[in-house]
Amino acid sequence: MIHRTEPLWWLLFAAGGSAAAVLAPVLILLTGIAAPAGWFPQAFPYEHVRALVSHPVTRLVLFGVIVLSFFHWAHRFRYTLAEGLALKRAWLPVAVVCYAAAIAGTVSAAVVILKL
Amino acid sequence: MRAYSRPTEFNWWLTNRTYFFFVVRELTSVLIAAYMVFLLVLLRRLAAGPEAYAAYLRFLGSPGMLLFHLVALAAALYHSITWFRLAPMAITLRVRGRRVPGATVVAANYAAWLVVSLVVAWIVLRS
Repeated sequence: MIHRTEPLWWLLFAAGGSAAAVLAPVLILLTGIAAPAGWFPQAFPYEHVRALVSHPVTRLVLFGVIVLSFFHWAHRFRYTLAEGLALKRAWLPVAVVCYAAAIAGTVSAAVVILKL
Repeated sequence: MRAYSRPTEFNWWLTNRTYFFFVVRELTSVLIAAYMVFLLVLLRRLAAGPEAYAAYLRFLGSPGMLLFHLVALAAALYHSITWFRLAPMAITLRVRGRRVPGATVVAANYAAWLVVSLVVAWIVLRS
């Protein structure tokens, strides 16, 4: 099952790597550092951020980058566990657990973003 | 008859600089995914109302969370740089039958990254 669907997981990994490479640094800087540290106070009041993330394009981009980053993680973590920790014999459960976590993350991201 | 295969040691990646940085690059995906979870929680708190949003921003402003985001930023930058540098090795681009030099592809990637980052920052910070 995992073997047959390998191209799909690899594609999600590659898409996630690209999406995170382009968007992760600027998003971390904005929401993880600038907003909580109080830089640009005019940019992060509730109403302003709420209006910004209510836009369908913002929601689509956020959903895409969050979910694809999860699948990127799942693929890399799977190989780090299987090869890095020499767990090669457990490759099937490792793969299933990693991708299941990414799928669970996708569902919760959909729930959160649909409710915005 | 089965050939003997030497078992892989648990710490093989600590024995060599190149292996070590390979594993570090793999682990950047953990920090990026962890950040995405905090981003999702921020969106959830935002939907819950102004008080929940303000409280979560205060939590994100605690020293531990700021440190986490600084480490995640370093990991994300390391991921971006290595990802764009590897791109020409994964895909060969041809224009009119001629192979586009790897350096050109990498430069174009960096330029696209810079433009997207500036556009996102402008959209969020303008007001």
